[in-house]
Amino acid sequence: MATKLPKPDELSRIDYTPPKKCWMDTPAELKPGMYCWGAKAKNLNVVGFPNARDWSPAEEDWKLPKEWEGTVLEGIHDRLSKYRSFRLFMDVCVRCGACADKCHFYIGTGDPKNMPVLRAELLRSVYRKYFTVPGKLFGGLAGARELTTEVLKEWWYYFFQCTECRRCSVFCPYGIDTAEVTMMGRELLNLLGLNIDWIAGPVANCYKKGNHLGLEPHTIKSSMEFFLDDIDTLTGVKVEPTFNRKGAEILFVTPSVDLFADPGTYTAMGYLMLFHELGLDYTWSTYASEGGNFGVFTSNEMAKRLHYKIYAEAKRLGVKYIIGGECGHMWRLVNQYLDTWHGPADFMEEPVSPITGTKFENAKSTKMVHVIEFTADLIKNGKLKLDPTRNDHLNVTYHDSCNTARGMGLLDEPRYVLKNSCSNFHEMPENTIREQTFCCGSGTGLNASENMELRMRGGIPRANAVKHVHEKYGVNMLTNICAIDRATLKASMDYWVPDVSVAGVHELVGNALIMTGEKERTTDMRGEPLPGKEGDENETV
Amino acid sequence: MELKSILLQKKSVILKRWFDMVLETYPADSVSFFKNQKDKFANPVGAAIVEGIEKIFNELLAREMNPGTVGMFLDNIIRIRAVQDFTPAEALAFIFSLKKVVREEAWAEIQANGLTEELFAFESQIDDLSLISFNIYMKCREKIYEIKANEARDSTFRLLQRANLMTEIQEQGPDPEDVKLINIKRKEATK
Repeated sequence: MATKLPKPDELSRIDYTPPKKCWMDTPAELKPGMYCWGAKAKNLNVVGFPNARDWSPAEEDWKLPKEWEGTVLEGIHDRLSKYRSFRLFMDVCVRCGACADKCHFYIGTGDPKNMPVLRAELLRSVYRKYFTVPGKLFGGLAGARELTTEVLKEWWYYFFQCTECRRCSVFCPYGIDTAEVTMMGRELLNLLGLNIDWIAGPVANCYKKGNHLGLEPHTIKSSMEFFLDDIDTLTGVKVEPTFNRKGAEILFVTPSVDLFADPGTYTAMGYLMLFHELGLDYTWSTYASEGGNFGVFTSNEMAKRLHYKIYAEAKRLGVKYIIGGECGHMWRLVNQYLDTWHGPADFMEEPVSPITGTKFENAKSTKMVHVIEFTADLIKNGKLKLDPTRNDHLNVTYHDSCNTARGMGLLDEPRYVLKNSCSNFHEMPENTIREQTFCCGSGTGLNASENMELRMRGGIPRANAVKHVHEKYGVNMLTNICAIDRATLKASMDYWVPDVSVAGVHELVGNALIMTGEKERTTDMRGEPLPGKEGDENETV
Repeated sequence: MELKSILLQKKSVILKRWFDMVLETYPADSVSFFKNQKDKFANPVGAAIVEGIEKIFNELLAREMNPGTVGMFLDNIIRIRAVQDFTPAEALAFIFSLKKVVREEAWAEIQANGLTEELFAFESQIDDLSLISFNIYMKCREKIYEIKANEARDSTFRLLQRANLMTEIQEQGPDPEDVKLINIKRKEATK
């Protein structure tokens, strides 16, 4: 018997309302700091995306086109017919919850709709209502719900709170790739002109000018000259890269942001120094001047259109193969989508390192070699003279970029290159690296500034692991091989672990590289005095 | 018996209740995750709170509270809550929850031992924590805006250089002839 019986007045206060509402009945409340600005009409019009208009997510009226529901349902139908994976992912989930607490956004926010299973359920519930018999017959009892404006806004809010990092899919017993569910969700939103401008702008620029920033050829070339001056000042070596040179053996493509924003600029200088030292017969292109591809954050077709410029340029210049720089999603596209889009790039040759003779058999079909594999091969074959002590002022850890780690299994090469380029290297905890790496928190075009709260929350798990190695080993440099990481981890570190800087791996390679005819270096690329040269830096500015 | 000795004896139950009250500020569906996932790398938010409140509590029980040390412990929690889905008041309310927990858990002993004055003194210490917390919270929010401004600057820095829209003056060399325009190619500028 209960020790305390309720008194009559207590009984009368019993609230019969269920304590919680079902997630379906809890509409999303769009909160500032958690979303990006809506795509501008001009940026959608450039590439012919439908329903382009200026709209604001903060307004009640999103200016949706007439009969938008039909457009979305037709869009779902098309994609179910086209992609077997999508139909499978809609049907197969048993809601076991293995993925639920693996998402960096969920870990950082505690918002249940950031559980990958529930984020996917936002779309699945509509799929059930219109495309399955139980859903049509039993509605909510079968986990189905109508497509309404509130549901659409919820989709928009949460599909742009997923960075498609695929950490959740590592833990799914069925291998459901929630990133692909987000991709489909974003494609459907894109049919209604509901993208974000941080994505739509770079897509438009890339389509018109060849890179996300809309840089024209002369701008790219003259910007590169700044780097050459800096390299000359640092090493006394004059580097003379070529642009759009027909007949070059190799085309080099890298994210354009590395040409303009620190700390990526130092990575770009690293490439220039390395290729010069090798005497590599390569060229940059001012047309295929972007490794990144924000098209993949809008639709499969747009990703294909943008990516093709790299191969069109390779064909025009007549190169034998392509080397790609440190970039994230570019590599996921090359490894997972390219062959489906275009088939083998047979107009080029199977990549062979001109320095070591190594055949890159993994790139036999795509003809595109990752620069970190290229460099690792050089080191393995003893072709580079590296002085790791030049990086002794750095205590280094490595962040596995989601796309290169989970999207192509590039786990050991960057570590091999780093360990040959620096003396102090410490791994972050096991469940935060390699296949289980945590996203920077700002991938898939979510690296705008207006959603800074979202980025900071999503960045908590990664920053927490960095903080651990910073406190335990004194780590002060977080390296990676992704341009978005370089841009966004800088902000994340600034907030969470201010004493840690961010660098691309080839920045450390450039610093360690002993170049033929170089003068004695006293600083690294950033102007920081090299160990033992602390008193000399003023003389070399 | 001193109040702090009583609180020390009841430390585990006080911390457990305080932790529960902090977690109540998060969505109900996620409380069990924040509470039960013990791996600090899989659950950094829960770990920061559980570790943080214990260290703060220990500092309160120390003979003399060190504002610098306790500020560091507060920072580990507030830095997270400053970017989460809370108003400033909600973000910092967890400090005051401790008053409620202490009164409820130790009230009988406080009365029995005539420790009301000690309780007031202890609660004043908690008020001090709240003042330190306001400063930390504001620093965090200011940092967010600073990061936004820095991102805008960093992404355009080289472009501005390229367009000859900015120059940097060297620290040394007061003579105008010695002023060097870093990274600006004079030949480009005169074209």
